Amino acid sequence: MSSNIITLDHGSGGKLTMDLIKMFTSNFRKNNSIEMTDSAVFNSELGITAFTTDSYVVNPIYFPGGDIGKLAVCGTVNDLAVSGAIPKYLSCAFILEEGLSIDELESIVKSMSKTADSAGVSIITGDTKVVEKGACDRMFINTAGVGFLQKKHKLIGSGANVKPGDKILINGNIGDHGLAVLSIRNSFTNDIKSDCAPLNNLIKNCLAVNDSIHFMRDATRGGLAAVLTELSEKVNFGISINEKNIPLAESTRGLCEFLGFDPLHLANEGKVIIVAGDGWKEILKTMESHPLGKESRVIGTIVDRYPGRVVLETEIGGSRIIDIPAGMQLPRIC
Amino acid sequence: MEVCGGHTTSIHKFGIPSLLPDNIKLLSGPGCPVCVTSRYFIDDALECSRTENIILTTLGDLIRVPGTETSLYKEKSKGRDIRIVYSVLDALQIAKDNKDKKIVFPGIGFETTAPLSAAAILQAKETGLDNFYILSAHKIMPPVMKALITEGVKINGYICPGHVSVITGTEIYKSIVEDYKLGCVVSGFEALDILQSIYMLVNQIEKNQPALENQYTRAVKKKGNKKALAMMNRVFETSDDWWRGIGTIPGSGLSLKSEFKSFDARQIFNPVERTESEEEKGCICGKILKGFKTPADCPLFSHLCTPVNPVGACMVSGEGSCATWYKYKREAV
Amino acid sequence: MCLSIPAEIISITGDMAKVSVGGTMYNASIKLVEDINVGDFMLIHSGYGIAKIDEAEANSTLNLMQEIKKKMYQKDYSKELDN
Repeated sequence: MSSNIITLDHGSGGKLTMDLIKMFTSNFRKNNSIEMTDSAVFNSELGITAFTTDSYVVNPIYFPGGDIGKLAVCGTVNDLAVSGAIPKYLSCAFILEEGLSIDELESIVKSMSKTADSAGVSIITGDTKVVEKGACDRMFINTAGVGFLQKKHKLIGSGANVKPGDKILINGNIGDHGLAVLSIRNSFTNDIKSDCAPLNNLIKNCLAVNDSIHFMRDATRGGLAAVLTELSEKVNFGISINEKNIPLAESTRGLCEFLGFDPLHLANEGKVIIVAGDGWKEILKTMESHPLGKESRVIGTIVDRYPGRVVLETEIGGSRIIDIPAGMQLPRIC
Repeated sequence: MEVCGGHTTSIHKFGIPSLLPDNIKLLSGPGCPVCVTSRYFIDDALECSRTENIILTTLGDLIRVPGTETSLYKEKSKGRDIRIVYSVLDALQIAKDNKDKKIVFPGIGFETTAPLSAAAILQAKETGLDNFYILSAHKIMPPVMKALITEGVKINGYICPGHVSVITGTEIYKSIVEDYKLGCVVSGFEALDILQSIYMLVNQIEKNQPALENQYTRAVKKKGNKKALAMMNRVFETSDDWWRGIGTIPGSGLSLKSEFKSFDARQIFNPVERTESEEEKGCICGKILKGFKTPADCPLFSHLCTPVNPVGACMVSGEGSCATWYKYKREAV
Repeated sequence: MCLSIPAEIISITGDMAKVSVGGTMYNASIKLVEDINVGDFMLIHSGYGIAKIDEAEANSTLNLMQEIKKKMYQKDYSKELDN
């Protein structure tokens, strides 16, 4: 790796994050039969099981559209759901900063409870630690989750059945979460709200429609670009994306233009990318009929050209590649 | 050739090269201010951040640019007081809020950003703010545009910078048209703007009538922004300056006039000893900046020289030719 | 696709203006521009307004874009641009 210290870029979901993950998996991975995707999916005494964990350190802990608690539940529920699992049980570990108001903690806990109820999951165990003032930003939360899959959905997380001709679907506008958090950090006033939401019901409906879903991933840190570039490398096919079809809210587009940000690289917390074969039209209809999928679109296709590359057809009919940045996006001068 | 980092980014973001016929080629010139600024400038900024009681404020573009040994970003990660700001106005506010510290703002960029640095200095002077300093590496465009032609760069026309021209007006390019018989079209940044500018240049070439034209009429006026120009000329004077990848170009830099020397950051820290040096072995940034070669011609491109580990000037900023090519175009489709 | 997002002047206080950039409110300096009023559109660069946008010129560029899109896609995209 090029850097010898951890920087904020290592946490941004870009290339440096991928480098770290390679270091972890090369040390931890002992069982090659367990696919380590958003969730680890494996056979167990309980059937085909999905198991995942995530930590949440967002600052500030409240932002338009959500809070750190809601995020902690949705993130883990979504990691299980996109692996094809029905999420069932979560654990929750708090690291609390000395001096945090208990009322504030309780409001976050209530938010987690409400979100878990709406997702139909139970938080059944947890842990609490307190650290000295300054050692963390008010609170950090880790959630781990367990869910169970039907056998026919086992390969969805790995994308083993993805083939040329498959369509790429997304359930709505990209970039809102990333900009909502940025806006509140920098006191930008606008109407951008995080899309933070549990996707498991929408996904469950889609899985019940037909068996054409070949791959799913939620687009979190690193954005839509990270999911697409990882997928194209994993399956060794090309991906062709049509820029005109990528759903983007006007206020998100405006702020991106102003700051010089690429919306494809912005974080989301309520977006699923579904790659589906011949039955994709029914999947799209099912997505559109769910409250979290009203702006669903077909954004692209898996192709047998340029394997491992994602190519965007721009709004004016030009073409360019989509890649992921090394680290965080920063506003540009010009 | 375009000579504006914003144009380089737009051209590749919209995929314009993939739409043009084979007989129209776009070359990226030295339009990215970060790319043409010496590595020692970053070393100077770093030295400021290591000096007691100095807060270094910087725009996002500079934070990852490597100096000779390290970058502002890495030093920030180690705990130096280096703050990313969106504007020099934020730096002024930090100066007001931290009277016991000295606040340094590295000023890079061409005629678009120089007036902003000038306005900030004038505001500091008016309000008696005596802890605000600029570390200037500002440069101006016309000398380098002329230098490229005299060095033998073969182009048929210039797509002229959009926001520089908003400030300067269009007449600064007149002598390029007259002396070198090269068309100059001032362009906006949207896909249509750039395509229309290319179209206007092609028309001139076909009629063999090089001319100065303005495509960006909604923002650029012939006389430019007189107020901004006046401020820039009040605070800065031209001087010789060294452009990374090109060398020294007479009258191409902007230095603080003696009346405003009290705002010059170079008096409050120890500047780095310097002899401007050639690029690393194998690096052909100089030829790329002049349009003689493309990033694909460079043996280091995308192997040893990447955005994460930039070797040469053209890769250090997101708007540099190599960084843009890497992001949007490598292994061209 | 629309033109560079111009900043609309919402209110002016001294040398600063509250502007709307595609829906996000921002405070920008108007020290470098002249003859700027509420309702005008301004080009913003790094916290400063640097030019007033000429609405007539902007409209003529938008119209040209509409014409090109029409020819490219053989459809009337005026409704799409209006949204």
